[in-house]
Amino acid sequence: MSHNFHKDISGCGLAGIINKDGKRISGSSISKSLCLMNDRGNGLGAGYAAYGIYPEYKELYAFHIMYDEPACQRDTEEYLKKNYRIEKKEPMPTAPVESITISPMIWRYFVKPLSEKAERDAADLRDDDFVVRTVMKINSEIGGAYVFSSGKNMGAFKGVGMPGEIARFFRIEEYEGYIWTGHTRFPTNTPGWWGGAHPFTLLDWSIVHNGEISSYGINKRYLEMYGYKLTLLTDTEVVTYLFDLLVRKHGLDVLTACTALASPFWKNIDDLQEDEKNAMTALRMVYASALMNGPFSILFGHSKGLVGFNDRIKLRPLVAATKGKTVYMASEESAIREICPSPEKIWAPRAGEPVIAELEG
Amino acid sequence: MQVIDAKGIYYRDLNQKVREAVAKGEKEVLLKNVNGQYYIGDGLNGESTITIEGVPGNDLAAFMDGPTLIVKDNAQDNISNTMNSGKVIIHGNAGDVLGYGMRGGKLHIRGNVGYRVGIHMKGYKKQAPVIIAGGKAGDFFGEYMAGGILILLNLDGEKDSRPTVGDYAGTGMHGGVIFIRGEVDKKLCGAEVGITDPDEEDIKLLKEHLTDYCKDFNLNIDEIMKGSFKKLTPASLRPYGNLYAY
Amino acid sequence: MFKSLAVPEFLAKIDQIKCIKCKRCIQNCGWSVYAWGGDKVLIDTFKCVKCLRCYHYCPEEAITIEDNPVKYRSNANWGFYNIRNIKRQAETGGIPLTGMGSDMPYPVLFDSLLIDACQVTNPSIDPLREPMELRTYLGKKPAKLEFENGPDGKPKLKTKMPPQIKLEAPFIFAPMSYGSISLNAQKTIAIAAKELGIVMNTGEGGLHEDIYPYRSNIIVQVASGRFGVNPDYLNAGVAVEIKIGQGAKPGIGGHLPGEKIPLDIAKTRMIPVGTDAISPAPQHDIYSIEDLRQLIFAIKEATNYTKPVSVKIAAVHNVAAIASGIVRAGADIVYIDGFRGGTGAAPSIIRDHLGIPIEHALAAVDERLRQEGIRNEASIIAAGGIRSCADAAKAIALGADAVALATSALITMGCTVCGKCYTGNCSWGITTQRPELTVRLDPEVYAERLINLIHAWSHELKEILGALGVNAIESLRGSRERLRGIGLDSQTLDILGVKPVGR
Repeated sequence: MSHNFHKDISGCGLAGIINKDGKRISGSSISKSLCLMNDRGNGLGAGYAAYGIYPEYKELYAFHIMYDEPACQRDTEEYLKKNYRIEKKEPMPTAPVESITISPMIWRYFVKPLSEKAERDAADLRDDDFVVRTVMKINSEIGGAYVFSSGKNMGAFKGVGMPGEIARFFRIEEYEGYIWTGHTRFPTNTPGWWGGAHPFTLLDWSIVHNGEISSYGINKRYLEMYGYKLTLLTDTEVVTYLFDLLVRKHGLDVLTACTALASPFWKNIDDLQEDEKNAMTALRMVYASALMNGPFSILFGHSKGLVGFNDRIKLRPLVAATKGKTVYMASEESAIREICPSPEKIWAPRAGEPVIAELEG
Repeated sequence: MQVIDAKGIYYRDLNQKVREAVAKGEKEVLLKNVNGQYYIGDGLNGESTITIEGVPGNDLAAFMDGPTLIVKDNAQDNISNTMNSGKVIIHGNAGDVLGYGMRGGKLHIRGNVGYRVGIHMKGYKKQAPVIIAGGKAGDFFGEYMAGGILILLNLDGEKDSRPTVGDYAGTGMHGGVIFIRGEVDKKLCGAEVGITDPDEEDIKLLKEHLTDYCKDFNLNIDEIMKGSFKKLTPASLRPYGNLYAY
Repeated sequence: MFKSLAVPEFLAKIDQIKCIKCKRCIQNCGWSVYAWGGDKVLIDTFKCVKCLRCYHYCPEEAITIEDNPVKYRSNANWGFYNIRNIKRQAETGGIPLTGMGSDMPYPVLFDSLLIDACQVTNPSIDPLREPMELRTYLGKKPAKLEFENGPDGKPKLKTKMPPQIKLEAPFIFAPMSYGSISLNAQKTIAIAAKELGIVMNTGEGGLHEDIYPYRSNIIVQVASGRFGVNPDYLNAGVAVEIKIGQGAKPGIGGHLPGEKIPLDIAKTRMIPVGTDAISPAPQHDIYSIEDLRQLIFAIKEATNYTKPVSVKIAAVHNVAAIASGIVRAGADIVYIDGFRGGTGAAPSIIRDHLGIPIEHALAAVDERLRQEGIRNEASIIAAGGIRSCADAAKAIALGADAVALATSALITMGCTVCGKCYTGNCSWGITTQRPELTVRLDPEVYAERLINLIHAWSHELKEILGALGVNAIESLRGSRERLRGIGLDSQTLDILGVKPVGR
């Protein structure tokens, strides 16, 4: 039953960095920034997403998969082998962390969908769509297996623990990326499940999110109409898929997508010039069920940039700063100051007004 | 005259062209190669004449208010649905449910008509819708008829042995009048219908409408008037008066 | 000799000491319960329907209307109305008629649903001081939009939007024809709709010239009788509705007898004075779903694609599949009328035993359209048993874009839901065409009361949204996650798509 699920609720802190020149930064920065906000989490989930970390495999989809037990791995790999060319397969490099006593089996794969039509399901799909379908299929049909990262030249690293512990566990400081996002989590129930931590990713979309989407119920049903399977019981998943639908499938630009998700009020729309008013009115009408209502601030990463935005009446915090070609975003100013003591510009974005930082050149 | 070749054109585009032609005052429009396009003349007003070559699709002249449509061939179902005024002339046969809720104007058919013809036709003020069919009709002729005039001529009667009008003629009839050329079997009429011979006034009315009809199809009015007619009218104003307990 | 073996339901009583013999009760009663006896008011209690007009207009509070304590011997199986209807049928041989929605004690699922509220993990919103949006657009929405850059660099819409009905709140007034209600009642509703920025619906009785000024707040209806339908009518309002069925009488037609068709109604319906106005059970140009498509597009052609077309159906067993067909046939709006919906006149056997409740129907339709990926293709209006803003909010959470109100609107005009609309004697001037009764209903005065009602419901709806921590109605629409069922079995919960309370 799609309605008969238990929703996972959490509070949290978040941080993000992008270098617009594409210069790669070590993971130690984001970890340091996030650790300052330890009190925003409660040790039940933390995670990172990084872009530009697999330059040697940048044409391949990098699957990060957690398994509860070997049988899940066997079933998953059987499916993957049938449908993908697996270039490389290895256990995720990790380091022992004293406080982390239990963890799932974590593997990563660098893969390409098989182009030979006979050997792959739904051969008429584009590669991206096929990967989305694979992720939906494994996550909803193979119990105990969970794909938590599926983009190219990017990856998510997440689990149950404090941000510093998770960083050490995944050896985050050994990776270099031009975009980093991080998240510390305060779940109000305790599933103790590694998959429940942020970021949530699909292809190269990654989302870290603070707050709760009060419109989750209808956002979920809206996405289900387009074939998304919402298996993770958390509203952050909704955000990821909404971006996937609006930007990748419907072809909206990122700014327009953000406007649809945190739309202006009718009062303001009514005051616009005719063309813009018609555009905004249609946007609200058509994407009414995609409107994200309730308190949130979100960092949304993709291979070309980083977007930060919050809800339309600003119920969750977000601070942004720039220094040179680097843009910082975080729940608290101090988290930025921790790694960039004297930014050139620092500001709090207005409600529903996205901060869009994109790679240049 | 504007000629529009309808071959392979979807109805929406065809009717858009027709609307545009009529809107700019075109009095004569010829549609060639029509085959199955719905809604020709739908909601159209003005005084244009639109001639149709081929078989037009359903809902011909639905909601029409003024124009004249001439169909050189057969036509399908639902002609003159809720039509307000204007005229439709069909040189061949026509299908089921003709003149549903028709409030005014004329529908002249040379040939046979199908089931439920003249269903729920209604007169209003000076408007009296008229349907004249030259051949025979199927069942439920003039069902729920509330006004207007239905005439059935059976001009080619000798060609088959079916009765002129089908079963349940005038069932639920509560207004208007039906004229049928030839004899009518009471068994084939609805319970609400009374059958009488037309009086002098009726014959005058018949002649008036049939003269117009004959002009459309180049027929001889005197030949037609030679035949005898039966007149069907509602037997009771309140056929369902005792159906309910208050 | 007895008048009837059917026991009167009510006893009208006058305290003869308090009575000042002003005869207002005699003037006010549309049912002729009271008559002047020379020295006192005489009472024929068999005629009393407990509409309370006399009670409100008695200056001395001398009148009481009691439920008749004389009932048939109590019997858990043979209820009062079972016995009474048999006696009436024995006396008349007719089908007992009734008005308003069913009063049978079927479970009302709205009363078994509870709405969520925010505590701690997400904040509630103060609806009085922060923005709270109820605006709703009804009509087909494209699945996605395309934009281009305008000359000012701002986004310009490239997709052509289908026509929409704009509502300032997710309420509309349900179709009630001139004929079933008085012109003053229709005017009252029209004035209120315009003032409120919502819409009313003509019903199938045509559009009276007095209502024309309100055309930008009117949906015109096309039903099987095609009364008053011509191209001008189709283009007169903001949308056209094809009526297939009505919740109170699914599958059957209507019949306004000739003696109830005076000049003005005849004019509006465009039929001669005194002829019966029969609405056949089916629309005779629709015997199958492709025929519905044909009529929908006949109307779209006649209105040059400028008006959304709504299709109104009664909620019946297979409603989800039917609604899917309607959407695929090209309807912009699907109007679903639950079996508890009202009527001016219906056989009680039909009203009380055919159809299904709006809650189940709405849930099934919304879910089905989503499963088929076509929920955006049409808006859903839910009707038939919306008694309060709570019902409205729950219907919207189940998936309705807007709810339609009829009985509640009439209650603002004095209606007490006595259920005798079919007699044409309404003492409040609502469901009657008797001029001495209709004159009582001053549209300007009563519109104010109706406007008050919708304002009050809008405020209540905003309070609910605020408690839910959302500030736009679209975040409640279809959000079944914000509902829980109490005391419902698992199958019903499954149909409604809601979890039980406590989960």
